[in-house]
Amino acid sequence: MKVLVPVKRVLDYNVKARVKSDQSGVDLANVKMSMNPFDEISIEQAVRMQEAGTATETIVVSIGPAKAQETIRTGLAMGIDRGIHVTTDEDLEPLAVAKILKGIVDAEGPELVILGKQAIDNDFGATGSMLAALLGWPQGTFANSISKDGSGLKVVREVDGGLQTVKTELPAVVTTDLRLNEPRYASLPNIMKAKKKPIDAKTPADYGVDTAPRLKTLKVTEPPARKGGVIVESVEELISKLKDEAGVI
Amino acid sequence: MAVLVIAEHDNSELKDATHKTVTAALAMGGDVDVLVAGKGAKGIADSAAKIDGVRKVLLAESDALAHQLAEAMEAAIVPLMAGYDAVLAPDTTTHKNYMPRVAASLDVMQISSVTGVESADTFVRPIYAGNAMATVQSTDPKKVVTVRTTAFGAAGNGGSASVESADAAGGPFKAEYVSQELTKSDRPELTAAKIVVSGGRGVGSAENFAIIEKLADKLGAAVGASRAAVDAGYVPNDYQVGQTGKAVAPELYIAIGISGAIQHLAGMKDSKVIVAINKDEEAPIFQVADYGLVADLFKAVPELEAAL
Repeated sequence: MKVLVPVKRVLDYNVKARVKSDQSGVDLANVKMSMNPFDEISIEQAVRMQEAGTATETIVVSIGPAKAQETIRTGLAMGIDRGIHVTTDEDLEPLAVAKILKGIVDAEGPELVILGKQAIDNDFGATGSMLAALLGWPQGTFANSISKDGSGLKVVREVDGGLQTVKTELPAVVTTDLRLNEPRYASLPNIMKAKKKPIDAKTPADYGVDTAPRLKTLKVTEPPARKGGVIVESVEELISKLKDEAGVI
Repeated sequence: MAVLVIAEHDNSELKDATHKTVTAALAMGGDVDVLVAGKGAKGIADSAAKIDGVRKVLLAESDALAHQLAEAMEAAIVPLMAGYDAVLAPDTTTHKNYMPRVAASLDVMQISSVTGVESADTFVRPIYAGNAMATVQSTDPKKVVTVRTTAFGAAGNGGSASVESADAAGGPFKAEYVSQELTKSDRPELTAAKIVVSGGRGVGSAENFAIIEKLADKLGAAVGASRAAVDAGYVPNDYQVGQTGKAVAPELYIAIGISGAIQHLAGMKDSKVIVAINKDEEAPIFQVADYGLVADLFKAVPELEAAL
């Protein structure tokens, strides 16, 4: 089956977000950007399916500014066959992203789309399920494991109480959780090879999608600061503080 | 203005997250109804009818709704939205799963994990793992919102709303429930516990986690973990507290052998009192802890447990 993997370029997960002083957003100038960690897990899953012979072709797509091409190259270096770059300088909301992805699915005809369960910048956690709804496809979100099951897929999902297993028909949308796999590092030869792999250049207009935002960001502020407290010297002191000062035990 | 709240339940018990979501809905103004979608859930609907401020409860029941799978929930909720201006659900995995489907079907951008309601169309929500708070105004005709329940108090149980039945679309659906493996525990639920004791990579092994559990049991606390401890296989995934796990806000949070990565802090920094026990005095967890103890956890934790 053909597998499509959408990825997002985000502030690196080790970098602490800094709010701009004019409260217009988070400062992304001159900071390290990387592939969203959940999307790396999606790429790894697609590459493993190809290595196992389940996937016949893998495509990585990113919707974003010119530099999103680096993120696509990362996916190609990990083993994905080819890329699609939908160029936009707007910070698109998940609804607009899902609509563009639907256009790509209609054009490419994958049987499986694997996405990260959330992007660690805006933390909406919406794109995968939105895409499934727009396509009228079933979904297996927060995947802990994915296996082919007859003509469908078996997805073990990470839920609040533990694990839940669902069986979906294909085509389907799957979103990845942390324990699905451990993404590989691209080897130098594969990074060199990735430079030759094709990337199609597209725009949101190619898919006829109105990308106007539905949410107006009125302001972005620092969270209420939490002051560090005191260092206690012993377990006895800790217990007495919790009993007498905080009154929580 | 009418708001629909989706109940959090497991067909046997109505969860507190529902009451907290009702509080968020009431803050938007207007009438608040609750949808209980499940199977054999009449008792849940009766409990929901007692929540303060609720106008009426809708009960939709079918086999497909028994496990609240995504397609069935979408099919049950979307037609109801003709009569509502907004739909709110707790941001637990059950609702995070299908709410974006509802939003996309209605051609609406979802507002996820809100921690504040400013008005009927304006909400506060954490972004970048809670390192920034965004105030957003929705221009969509209908609002689809998930609620970070730790940020809202629970509505009381002094109401007496009516219960009506609602249609549950029958399907067929393209995904089906197979099984679930739920972690069995006599301890309180992580997101609802008054005290949470969490262990991190410093605990070192699954066997060593017993000392965390012993302390938790002494305190009547829930047990949590950092991502590092879950990834290392010390405890199951549903113990994870953080940006991508559960958000908790207990009266007392005790972080043991947890360094305090921003992803972990995102899930627990709203706790009332935070205690950190770590042998590394430079650990970032001490920057948010009310009480820090620089000590070897294998000595300090048993000592603490014995002294309580």
